[in-house]
Amino acid sequence: MSKLHVSTTINGEPAEFLCEPYDTMLDALRGPLGLTGSKEGCASGDCGACSIMLDDRLVCSCLMLSAEAEGHDIRTIEGMAKGEHLHPLQQKFLEMAALQCGICTSGMLVASDALLQKNPRPSEEEVRFWLAGNLCRCTGYDKIVRAVLETAADMREQGIREFRQ
Amino acid sequence: MTDIQYLSPRTLDEAISAFAAAGSAARIMAGGTDLLVQMRSGAVRPGLIVDIKKIAEMTTIEETAEGGFRVGAAVPGAVLAEHPRFGKVWPGVLEAVNLIGSTQVQGRASAGGNLCNGSPAGDSVPAMIAAGAIVTLQGPNGRREMPVENVPAGPGRTNLLPGEILVSFTLPPRPKGSSDAYLRMIPRTEMDIAVVGVGVSLTLKDGVCTTARVGLGAVAPTVLLVEAAAKALIGSKLDDAALNAAASACSAACRPIDDKRGTIAYRTKVAGVLLKRTAAIAAQRAAGGN
Repeated sequence: MSKLHVSTTINGEPAEFLCEPYDTMLDALRGPLGLTGSKEGCASGDCGACSIMLDDRLVCSCLMLSAEAEGHDIRTIEGMAKGEHLHPLQQKFLEMAALQCGICTSGMLVASDALLQKNPRPSEEEVRFWLAGNLCRCTGYDKIVRAVLETAADMREQGIREFRQ
Repeated sequence: MTDIQYLSPRTLDEAISAFAAAGSAARIMAGGTDLLVQMRSGAVRPGLIVDIKKIAEMTTIEETAEGGFRVGAAVPGAVLAEHPRFGKVWPGVLEAVNLIGSTQVQGRASAGGNLCNGSPAGDSVPAMIAAGAIVTLQGPNGRREMPVENVPAGPGRTNLLPGEILVSFTLPPRPKGSSDAYLRMIPRTEMDIAVVGVGVSLTLKDGVCTTARVGLGAVAPTVLLVEAAAKALIGSKLDDAALNAAASACSAACRPIDDKRGTIAYRTKVAGVLLKRTAAIAAQRAAGGN
């Protein structure tokens, strides 16, 4: 069977790729699109390492067929920094050592960004619930949660509503 | 996995003709949060995937002329949560739908998928049963309606006919003094599969329960409507005697399995305990105490 041709938008840029009907969006990102920032942890929607934004909604790219991207807007970890200028969440994760091995980090960042866009003033409990679908086996989550809360406070103080390419 | 075809029709008629023509090898995809996991594990090898998310009727929430709600089968939990009125009228249905999976899963997973996946532990199902939801099905022979409790046929099986697609849920209008609630028991704090799930919907008038429905999940091959529990609540002021009788009715309805999350004895007892707690929350909401 011939491959499907998909036209979509990735990180604000038009993109096209070929895929098999059963390929996931994560397969397409990491394969033909060469965007390997999204990670495959469990491939069953449990770990959140493949988190992306689909039309401004947080989803697991392993639970989405790549063919579904046709005509939609996809944002990945690769679109988070502005060139060399890191997103405040990325900067804070580095400063507060909110990562160790790094496998969960892109998913954590994408999910945290989605939270702060929806709720610029989350409580610790809200951060923990929102990130319940992002598993980290290194940090024990505490540094991640603190980094998200501190970023939220900084962004409010600096009047940053949205940070995007 | 070879020779899979992916279709994303814009109309229900196209979806049904493709789905019916492909026979048992075809799978409907709403959010895909169960289907893609089953494909990945090799449990399901569909020849055709029909993605229904481009069909407007299946992705919209409408308030009906009678004052009820019609929720498209593929509406994701996160979208239902953002509706300005749904959660005020049906807080129990909303909390049940929103218990399915993580934030990421909520962006995709739908009540229609949860029901058609046929899990006895699907969280939205007891709440939909308690709500008295009616599902609209459409197949090669036209449309029909069915009470939601008649959809599950056993673990992983439904009473949909070949070629039939679940289109929407219709929830009835709410008389004053009505509310609902859903509670589930899980060994973890969050993100787990129900050991027991209870949905209660009721109406109070001057402190007396005038209508009630009880849905009970994860304790039998299908989610159950427990009419005996509802009967014990109706006509009472939800006093201890009535709640104990309803709890006993829930425990008596259980035909659970033993597994790593709960034993038969545990599930049977917890079904009664949860009934009391869920009814108390529904009653508090119905009385206006949120």
